[in-house]
Amino acid sequence: MYRFMVLSRALDERMWIIQRQGKVPFVITAHGQEAAQVGAAMALRPGQDVIVPYYRDMALMLTLGMTPRELMLNVFSRAEDPNGGGRQMPAHFSLPRLRVLTGSSPVGTQIPHAAGAALASRLRGEDSVTFCSFGEGATSTGDFHEGVNFAAVLKLPVIFFCENNQYAISVPVRRQMAVESAAQRAAGYGIEGRSVDGQDPVPVYLAVSEAAERARAGRGPTLIEVRTYRFVPHTSDDDDRTYRTRSEVEEFRQKDPIPLMRRRLEEAGLWDEQREKALRDEVAAIVDDAADYAERAPRPDPASVMRHVYAD
Amino acid sequence: MAVKRMIEAIREALDEEMARDPRVIVLGEDVGVKGGVFVATRGLLEKYGQDRVIDTPLSESGIVGVAVGAAMNGLRPVAEIQFADFIHPAMDQIINEAARIRYRSNGAWGCPLVVRTPYGAGIRGGLYHSQSVEAFFAHVPGLKVVIPSTPADAKGLLKAAIRDEDPVIFLEPKRGYRLIQGEVPEGDFVVPIGPARVAKEGSHLTAVAYGMMLHLTMEAAAEVQQEGISVEVIDLRTLAPLDRTALVESVKKTGRALIVYEDNLTMGMGAEAAAVLAEEALYHLDAPVRRLALPDIPATPFAGVLEDAVLPNAERIAQAMRELARA
Ligand SMILES: Cc1ncc(C[n+]2csc(CCOP(=O)(O)OP(=O)(O)O)c2C)c(N)n1
Repeated sequence: MYRFMVLSRALDERMWIIQRQGKVPFVITAHGQEAAQVGAAMALRPGQDVIVPYYRDMALMLTLGMTPRELMLNVFSRAEDPNGGGRQMPAHFSLPRLRVLTGSSPVGTQIPHAAGAALASRLRGEDSVTFCSFGEGATSTGDFHEGVNFAAVLKLPVIFFCENNQYAISVPVRRQMAVESAAQRAAGYGIEGRSVDGQDPVPVYLAVSEAAERARAGRGPTLIEVRTYRFVPHTSDDDDRTYRTRSEVEEFRQKDPIPLMRRRLEEAGLWDEQREKALRDEVAAIVDDAADYAERAPRPDPASVMRHVYAD
Repeated sequence: MAVKRMIEAIREALDEEMARDPRVIVLGEDVGVKGGVFVATRGLLEKYGQDRVIDTPLSESGIVGVAVGAAMNGLRPVAEIQFADFIHPAMDQIINEAARIRYRSNGAWGCPLVVRTPYGAGIRGGLYHSQSVEAFFAHVPGLKVVIPSTPADAKGLLKAAIRDEDPVIFLEPKRGYRLIQGEVPEGDFVVPIGPARVAKEGSHLTAVAYGMMLHLTMEAAAEVQQEGISVEVIDLRTLAPLDRTALVESVKKTGRALIVYEDNLTMGMGAEAAAVLAEEALYHLDAPVRRLALPDIPATPFAGVLEDAVLPNAERIAQAMRELARA
């Protein structure tokens, strides 16, 4: 878990640098939410469970098996980018080999897709679970209600995973919902709801594992809220100083999941300075390789722009 | 061949496709126990069970969104929107999701689903049970828009739509469900999506129509025939992708074109057909292209006299044909 968290953060930091260097137009990352995403991914079965992620799920994708090179190809919009060959904005994930359904930008639209994918899995007699993630802002959309209600009524094997990072761009969670926690909404659908600390991957892992078990046992969907925070602006186009104070961000920095996890491992005698250094070196090499590879990779062929409107 | 009503042909297509392919499911409001408010799906629940014939909550975006996810994960969903007038909450799922999935994933994912919905006026349905919505969808690459006008086409085109690898919006002229009858081939009869049909040959002018308007146009053509005006009638059948060749070839022969539709006049199929003819057949035209459509009002009013005042009918179509033939 720790390794994926560190790797995700390092890729993420490099992506912001690449963007600031003007090499790519846009970046959006998981910065701060790594524990939640890694914890969830660890409880899923890559290639077997259906994944319906959203644009902030870089650490989730990495842990499930999207390679660092693939993530960088995505940021550079290269032809080889498996997410769409440079057609979509970065972080709109899609990967058939991991059963990651292609996503769009309108918030919440993927939630009914997850219900549909789970319906298909059940009808085809698969034992897979569909995992669907989104921010707390998405819980205000009609599609959230329509998708969750649909899955609840049909008792579909879905895990709805709300990454509550306190803000939808600049709008704080108190302006998003009048309930204390997004998980409380579950009661309105007659399904299980859980709210867990998203800065620690362990409770997240346990909650998602439990939800997966429940889904596989035919007991229907679960809505999990993970309480987390993003330390960076919403995207590279955003300036978060207009809507939150530096002291607030600093306060949450105390709960940065990466040093927290490291301290925990050290206290348990599982980690030391030497191991840390080895990991940092390994990660730096992976990030360098991914960035170099992607930067050098060919751009999409303009002649391909008319392709894939319909099946050939 | 047996003579059937349009609604029976649709049911037959659904039944045969569900029997042929276990991936085909039907979902929508009231499609199960009741068999649909127009009974298009009657009998399917008993035959295929509640896993494949799904009465859904009242949620149009959800119905299409669930169908999108199911299609990506290996099923062939046929989603019913009870009336086209209620499809607007699902526009985002249709346009931003279904239509773009293949393109945005660079061909890695497809979205083979059908959205069936009754549309159109002439049934005293008022503003919210009469709408024509084809132009919204025909504007969107990635979608196919199909409108049958005969029972045979309804069966053959619906089968093609279910087998298609891409999302198809299948608009059923609801006034014709019982009114329109015709011979329907038994068994596996498929009509390809795309090509238009010459419903009647003629030499003086071309009339282009689809859905219920096709029948009124045929009536009008028969009427003016007695006055010596020979009308060639083209049934578009597929609005997107549009059969441009059929339009151009017919106008090369006749030199005149009238486009009849019950959607609002502005930016509708008439605009597109006229543009195609301007681009590809201008020097074959002997008169300006004409459009006969619903005037630009939000939708057809409820009161009979008001609906009759605005909806194209055979008499008005015949009059437009006479004027165009003389022009
Ligand atoms: C339907 C829709 N409205 C507005 C936007 C613009 N937008 C993009 S992200 C975002 C905030 C989403 O917040 P949340 O769901 O909490 O997720 P987070 O980005 O915080 O992870 C908004 C308003 C959008 N993409 N889609």
